Formats: sequence, C-alpha cells, structure tokens
Amino acid sequence: MSDDEGGASEPAGLAAVWDNDATKLVALVGGILALYVGAGTLLDYGVRQQLNSIGLLVFYIAVFAMLALALNLHWGYTGLFNIGVIGFMAIGIYVTAVLSKSATVTEPAAGSIGGFGLPLWLGIIGGVVAAAVFGVLVALPALRLRADYFAIVTVGISEIVRFTLLESSFQQMQLFGYFVGLGGGSGLILDFDITDSLLDAVGVAEPYAGLTESLGATLGLGGNPKPVFDSLYYGVLLLVFLVLFYLLLRRVGNSPFGRVLKAIREDEEATKSLGKDTNRFKIKSFTIGCALMGLAGILFYAEQGAITPNAFRPRITFFVWIALIIGGAGSNTGSVMGGAVFAAFLFRGPLFLKNVIQESFDIGAVSTFGQAVSPLISGLNPVPMLAYAIDNLAQLQLVIMGLTLIYLMHNRPEGLLGHRQEPAACIPLTGLSRSDTATAPATETDGGVASKGGDGDE
Amino acid sequence: MGVSDRYDRGRRLFLEDPVRAVLVVIAVVLVLDLVRQLAVGQTQISEFGVMLKDGLMRGLFFGLAGIGLSMTYSILNFANFSHGDFITSGSFAGMVVTYVIAGGFGAEADIGSLALVGADGSVYGAQLGIGVATTPLAVVAGAVVAGVATVLLALFIDRLVYRPIRDRSGIALLITSIGVAFALRYLIQFVFGPSRRGVTDSGAVPSIGIPAVDGVVSVNLHEVSLLVVSVLLMLGLHLLLQRTRLGKAMRAMADNEDLARITGIPTERVVRFTWIIGASLAGVAGYMFVLWNGTLHWFQGWILLLPIFAAVILGGIGSVYGAIVGGLVIGLTMSVSIVWIPSGLARAAAFLLMIVVLLVRPEGIFAGRSTA
Repeated sequence: MSDDEGGASEPAGLAAVWDNDATKLVALVGGILALYVGAGTLLDYGVRQQLNSIGLLVFYIAVFAMLALALNLHWGYTGLFNIGVIGFMAIGIYVTAVLSKSATVTEPAAGSIGGFGLPLWLGIIGGVVAAAVFGVLVALPALRLRADYFAIVTVGISEIVRFTLLESSFQQMQLFGYFVGLGGGSGLILDFDITDSLLDAVGVAEPYAGLTESLGATLGLGGNPKPVFDSLYYGVLLLVFLVLFYLLLRRVGNSPFGRVLKAIREDEEATKSLGKDTNRFKIKSFTIGCALMGLAGILFYAEQGAITPNAFRPRITFFVWIALIIGGAGSNTGSVMGGAVFAAFLFRGPLFLKNVIQESFDIGAVSTFGQAVSPLISGLNPVPMLAYAIDNLAQLQLVIMGLTLIYLMHNRPEGLLGHRQEPAACIPLTGLSRSDTATAPATETDGGVASKGGDGDE
Repeated sequence: MGVSDRYDRGRRLFLEDPVRAVLVVIAVVLVLDLVRQLAVGQTQISEFGVMLKDGLMRGLFFGLAGIGLSMTYSILNFANFSHGDFITSGSFAGMVVTYVIAGGFGAEADIGSLALVGADGSVYGAQLGIGVATTPLAVVAGAVVAGVATVLLALFIDRLVYRPIRDRSGIALLITSIGVAFALRYLIQFVFGPSRRGVTDSGAVPSIGIPAVDGVVSVNLHEVSLLVVSVLLMLGLHLLLQRTRLGKAMRAMADNEDLARITGIPTERVVRFTWIIGASLAGVAGYMFVLWNGTLHWFQGWILLLPIFAAVILGGIGSVYGAIVGGLVIGLTMSVSIVWIPSGLARAAAFLLMIVVLLVRPEGIFAGRSTA
C-alpha cells in the first residue's frame, strides 16, 4: 500500500498504487480549482477574472508542491533539517538572471544592469547547477552537525545570501568585459520570458499569438488577452515540471539509494555499521534537493519580471515547511497534497476571501487597530474590527499559518494528508501506530504519549 | 620549552587540524591589519572607539537576551525560535506603558494612539520627549512592564503550546516554536501596524564626550543605562544561580533531567522558573535595546534572533556566562567587522562566525559547563 516501501518488489501492486495516488492528486487539485471557479461564478466573475484566478492558483499550487517535494527529500527521506530553502531558491534565480539577462558591454545607464546574454535554457541550467554547488559547499562541513544546529546554520546561510544580494558593493561590476551585478537593494529586472522563449524554441510563437487572439475574442476577454493565456500556459508548464519532480523523487525514493536515505533517517549509526558511507549519501541527497529548490526558485520568480533581495526572506522557507507538514513528511504524494492545500487555503485562500468581501460589501476602511477596537469596547460594534481584520488579512493570514503549524504539531504531526505507512521522519513526530518495530527513532524520546493522532486516514 | 619543540607543536597543529590552524592564521592577520590601519590612520582611533562602544552595547543586549534562549535550550532541550518575538512583545508592551505615562495618560495625545505606540505616525516618541533623563518614571515603568508582560506571555504560551508536547523531541518543539513565532510576530503587526517608529527623543539624550587620541567618543545616557541594567541583571542572575536552591536545581536539571527528577527536584517548577527568568531578561533586554536604538518595529526580534543564537552557540548552549561572553563577541564582531567589509555585510560576518564556531567547536567556548 505504501507509495514508498512495499511496492518496489511487486510491480503490479506498484502500478495500482500509482494509479491510486495519481487519481488522488488530480482529484484534489481538480476539486480545489472547481471550488475557486464555483466561488468565482457565485460572485459573477468575468471570464478574464476567472482565468486569472485559476492561473495564479495553479502557479502557487505547483511551486509550493515542487518545493515541498524537494524539502521532503531533505527532511522526509534523509532527515536533514534544512530551514534555508529560500537561500537556494535565491541562488537559482539570481544566477539564471545574471547569466541570461541581455548582455551589456558598454557602460550602462545608471540603474540598469546587464547580464551575460546567454540563452535562457543555459541560464536555467546554470542556476540549478549553482544551487547544487552551493548545496555541496554547505553540506560538506555542516552535515556533521546535530539536526538543530544544522537548522540554525541553514537559516543563517539563507540570510547571508540575502545580505550579499542586498549589498551595494556587488550591485554592479565588470566581469570579462560584461557589465553585470546583483542589483543591490533595488534588485534586477528580468528581461527574459520563459513562456515566450519556449514558444519561440518550439516555433509556435506565431500560431500561439493567433490562438490567444481568436480564443480571447470567443471568450470575450476584451483587449490584450495574451497575458491571461500566458499565465494559464505557464501554470500548465509548472504542472508538467511538478509531474517530473514527482516522478524523479518517487524514483529516488524507491531506489536502493533512497532506501539508504531512509535508513539514515531512522538510524544513522546502524546504517553506518552496515558499511554505508552515510555522509556521501547525505551530501548527495542534500545536493539533489538543493538543485531542485534552485529550479523551483527559478520557476517561482522567472515570470515575475523583477526580483529584489527582500523577496527572499526566511518566511518562504517556513511556508514550504508548513506545506510539507500539512502533507506529512516522508511521503511524496503527501508533499504534493500539502503544497496544494497550503497554496489553495492558507496562501491564496484568505486573499481571495478578502477580495470577495471587499468587492461584495462596502465596508468602510479603518486605518488603525485603535479605531477598530474602540467601537467594539464602547458600543459592542464589531463592524470596524471586522473591516480592519479583512483589510489586514495579509498579516492575519500569517497568524493563521502559525496557529495551523502549532495545531498540526500538537494533533497531527504525521500530516493531515498523505498516507505514509512507514515510521517516517527521523523525529518521532507521533505516537506512530508501529513505533514498536525495529526501526526505533534515532532521537531520544518517542512522543507517543501526548498525541493520540495517528489513525492516518483521509 | 625549546624553540624546536614549540615549532614541532605548531606543525602538528597544522597537520592534525588544518581548518583550525587556518582560522588562527586568519585571526592573527586580521588583528595585525587592524593595528596597521590604526597606526597608519586609515581607521581613526576615535572611530574605532565608537565601533567598540556600539559593539559593547549590542553585545550586552545579545548576552542578556541570550541567557533565556540558552536556558530554555539546555533545560527544555529545544531551540526556541519564538524567543525573538518574545523580545518584540516585551518591547512593545513596555513602550505602550512608557508612551501612556509620558503622554500624561491622554493629556498630550489621544490615548488610543499612545496605547498603540503611535501607530501610523499619530504620535512620535520625540513629541513626548521620551528618554531616561526627561521621562525617568515612564522609562522605569516601561522596563518593568516589559519584563512582566514577557513573563506572562511566555508562561501562557508554555502552558498552551509547549507543555502538552514537552516529551517530544527537540525538533518537534523547534517546529512548533516557529509556529508560535509566526503567530506572535504577525499579531503584533496586526495590532501595532507595520511602521517602524522612532520612540525616543534622541536629540535630548544627554551625552558626554570621552576624548580619544584623534577625536572624541561620545557616550550618552541611554548607553549608560543599557550597560548598568545589563550588568545588574547579569550579576543578579549569577547570585541566583550560585546561591539559591532554585539555581542549584536549575543547574542540576540542565545537566541531567532524569537524575534531577529522581533526586526529588520538582522539574515542572524549575521549568516555570526557567521561563520566568529567561522571558523577563528577554523583555527587559528588548526594551533597553529599543531605548538605546531609538526605533521599534514588529520584526525587530526576528532580526535579532539569529545573532542571539550565534551568541548562545558561541558561548556554549546552557552556559549563562557563555551566552554573555558570546553576546559580546558577536556584538563586537558585527561592529568591528566593518573595518574590513562593507557595513551591509556586518550581520553576515556575525553569522559566518557562528557557523565557523559550530563547525570547529560545536560545544562552544564555555564547553561542558552547564549553566554555571
């Protein structure tokens, strides 16, 4: 039944399980999309608005699922407590940007920074390789550390990356005759376009433009329908990448390599005593995960038009962690589901709700908490408070995420979704139903007392 | 000891531990370069004096705030990522009281604006003339409330969040503490608004100039207050740990929890006192830092958390004196490093130092001396 362990020896069973998992995932994503479309219909959204909202939703589902999958390789499989995800993403997109921005060989005007002008695909490969190399550099010394020290080192490194990107000394420099740089605090403008360059490469840019025009006219999208279709098409592209991520990581997880990783997670000493060079396995696993994070970072930011260092704050790392924990560490299917649920309900959901409420009801703006709370105290009038809460939903959303994380760690540390059958994470996240087996957790205590969760249904 | 003997030892050090040897060489080169820069006048001595003073101030704060982190790390066995937001909460709570008192309980500005520490730029600290010299009562009350409020918050969160999962692994608690940090941080932003505000009347703080060789190093009253408060609190904690039964129990528990429980130490009570001491120090430290720094914003604690972690790790987790020494080292690193690197990378240098210490000497400077 497990998507990870048991199936490898029984090809027939594996296929059945795969079908099962795939259906689950498609059903979940389809259900989420249907929910959004349904809500949009109820609110009399136009076609353009609907398509935009779907494009955005698919985008976030795909990127968070990809990131959760990559993190699952680190944490769920190998037990590496990486909370520097955003640092590797930043390296990926920045290297891609520097490599693929159009070349500038003469002194550019103030504020504009050139790149090396390489083709985009080469830039993407460069970005992924850079993230992987950086991963090796971090892993080589840091893997000897305890999990909590490793966590602090990785978050420290992701902040060092951000400070370096912010630093004005690297804003612009001349390298091999090219004027390149990291842009400092004002960031870099990305003058390339993944969607367009892919279409050009396949040679369908013209038909695509024609198609968007005609389809746009049919659907009544109004003027300039191309961006809408671009976002949908990019969403589909990301879903393709997501499937590739999933297949790759499933393959890794079921390979002998993956089994060693899981063994390391459960008990590194025992694995060592079986003659496995655990450090090499850990470095490899960390590197692959970092490369995938770099790729996910590139896909995340490449279509945004510009990047600034302050977009790479550690909170994105924690978003990915929440997604992984929702899904349940140790399960690829769960990671994708966690990413989808996180993106749809915790990340996009509140903002969608905010738009809906602000468009449907005319609630006056309340600018400070004081103005919101005083009517509540003096006249039991909750309306200003609600208005303030909705206006500041972007902040409340993060409070909700924090509370969700606490709730999950208390009640469902094995994840809400997914169906991990093995005692996974190297931390004893739960009262596992099978914690009595030989694969006793590596860390000292098994938290079987506090949590009654563990029926693993849903 | 002969020269050849010493040479031999040096060579052995290089061969056996090349990383450490390289680090020693780098440190020596940096010190020599610093001496050269001061001698040549590339860095003025008074400039360097200001760096040392700033480093000392930051370091005292890191040390004071780090004590709590170090204690929870050793006694409760987890890295508390919500510690930074305890600091922010304490600073805000203290500043609310300071604003309200300095604003004459609504006499000088709208009481609501005062209670929200001037959200949206409705009241500024300079308007109210906040400072140790100008509004001493408001500041003292603010510092006390900062400590008390943080203690209450920490106890509340411990009761609700950490105690039910006390027996889980450190990693589970760490992840939970990240959730707590998020909830607290953005709740603060929700209530007090996203703006960064000036909270003191920085122009009116009395200061004296201490003549250095080629200029003056000015020291103001807020710096002196931060110094005095930190030193007093550290001394008090030292006496508490060394002279009282509670201190002994704490040290015992940090050393070996099971053994402590068998010996009859009420571990849950010790845990409560750990939170009380750690949180009160964090709150007061945060308040004094804000007073010194003059600005207050909702992600202050998060920004300060990583250097505090660096201080605690540097000093050795569980060691209170280690946290203080580590804090001073990190603080001085952050301010003196700008002699060599651009100032934007000062914090990066501090983190790098932390990573290097973790790699070379993961047990910290004060290794093996838990809470003593």
